[in-house]
Amino acid sequence: MSLAHRIVERPEVGAGIGLAVVWIFFAALGGQSGFISERGIASYLDIATQVGIVSTTVTLLLIAGEFDLSIGSMIGFAGMIIALGTTQGHWPLWLALSASLAFALAYGYGVGLLVVRLGVPSFIITLAGMFLLRGATIGFSRTIAQQPYIGGVKKAIGDDPLQYLFSGDFVGSLNLSFVWWVVVVVVATVVLTKTRFGNWIYASGGSAAAARASGVPVNRVKIILFMAVAASGWLLATIEVLSLGSADSFRGDGKEFEAAITAVIGGTSLSGGVGSIVGTAIGALTLGVVRQGLFFAGVDYDWYQSVLGLMLLIAVLINHFARRNVSRS
Amino acid sequence: MPTPVIEARSVSKYFGSVIALKDISLAVHAGEVVCLLGDNGAGKSTLIKMLSGLIRPDEGTIAVDGEPVVLRSPRDAFARGIATVYQDLAVLPQMSIARNFMLGMEPLKRVGPLAFFDETKAGEIAREELAKIGITVNHVRQKVGTMSGGERQSLAIARAEYRGARLLILDEPTSALGVNEAAIVLRHIIRARARGLAVIFITHNVHHALPIGDRFFILDRGRMAASFPQAEATEARLNNLMGGGEDFDALQRELAELAAQLKQTAARA
Repeated sequence: MSLAHRIVERPEVGAGIGLAVVWIFFAALGGQSGFISERGIASYLDIATQVGIVSTTVTLLLIAGEFDLSIGSMIGFAGMIIALGTTQGHWPLWLALSASLAFALAYGYGVGLLVVRLGVPSFIITLAGMFLLRGATIGFSRTIAQQPYIGGVKKAIGDDPLQYLFSGDFVGSLNLSFVWWVVVVVVATVVLTKTRFGNWIYASGGSAAAARASGVPVNRVKIILFMAVAASGWLLATIEVLSLGSADSFRGDGKEFEAAITAVIGGTSLSGGVGSIVGTAIGALTLGVVRQGLFFAGVDYDWYQSVLGLMLLIAVLINHFARRNVSRS
Repeated sequence: MPTPVIEARSVSKYFGSVIALKDISLAVHAGEVVCLLGDNGAGKSTLIKMLSGLIRPDEGTIAVDGEPVVLRSPRDAFARGIATVYQDLAVLPQMSIARNFMLGMEPLKRVGPLAFFDETKAGEIAREELAKIGITVNHVRQKVGTMSGGERQSLAIARAEYRGARLLILDEPTSALGVNEAAIVLRHIIRARARGLAVIFITHNVHHALPIGDRFFILDRGRMAASFPQAEATEARLNNLMGGGEDFDALQRELAELAAQLKQTAARA
């Protein structure tokens, strides 16, 4: 099998090679300043975790043929519910987390229902959601607490044991959140490749009409995935609020695009029907390695976004030419 | 005469002031291939939609096994053994043969409270069913996109049959295919008939219809222009009815005149 065939059949392979190249490059460039130290590795695993948790569910949604632009705003909003609930409402932690999760699930359900019922592209519906949620986050925060930043969560929840489920160290410098990412990746992979529902996800995105003709409940599949995406936003928000002890109205900003970038780097098609969770995980690792690699190499952070854009472009070009080669042969 | 599997009894359908179908009657028996022919806009797809439960007739009734029924949805129609295979949305090219074949009715294996997709079993069923129709596949995990167009159509038909269809409605299954590919599908239709299935074969290709049809129905602008058994079918008759007969003769004369004119102009220049 040619390399082009391999990249098309198993997009993870191409993404893996890309990750190795990027890692070796930065190890050579910034190895002396701590890139390959234990703390260095933990630092880019942490960044990979932050984008990886949401990009996993976003990948499932992309494979099913839909997109969610509001996931970044959801991270901010869900976090704000937790912070306001515990600090201003003096709710116990379990109540704040439940309320936030319940909102996320209801939001995902509503968005999913609008998308499948109206047949309006999810891009538009979730673009509206992106602004609605972000504005509401800032608005509620300022109205209730007179500021867009809510601190003092750790003081408010005291020694509630529930927090140690989401924040703290795992081993060495590695955060516990990394374990959550692994769990999310494993569960999503099993669902996608080993269950009936996974088959329906691929079919819904490959051709909704063909899937319906075979009896696949396409609408239900899509609604569940919008809920899963929102729930993953809640999980990341919970981890961040409990680790940092605060909520910021602007948290999660840009995550919707980072999630899409990691999915595309990992070989997921934006037109649906094709994609892999492991590929996305490799994409998230690549993103972490590049961001911290630039840091350890002493490159100004200003350049990070440009490098991200360049990586996306390279990934798209490689996939494009690999697919064209294969379809010719 | 045995009871037909499906029967349309004087059905009509109107879209506003447009008459899509007027007073159409048609019956299909088990072990019979009925060819439905007609030009674009003749009403073929309206009739198929009616028989597959997508739309309901404004006048007349549909009967299944002699009983008048209301087909509420494609799912409802399928529960009665009616399966429609559409040309362009039969299969998912990016998914494996096994996954395509069992889509919507995936076999499960239980592990404690969890149920997983049994891909091995799905593959075995797909391989077995495809072998029955003469398609051997190397790997059931290979993508359907790697199969030829004829094989894809055959897969979709075999799948419908495996799911318990007694009546196959095939919407232009051969029109996007080359000669060899179409032959695969046509052979498959004949084999399905031999197994006792009723088949409605929609096409506008006379060459594909003539060798396999038991009865022919020709629609023209929403009305039944003609219907006759195979014994009375000839290529000339079908062609005549399909192209609107006289219209086609007129067109032929007009084109011949135009060609002669152009030749003259070219000679003068």
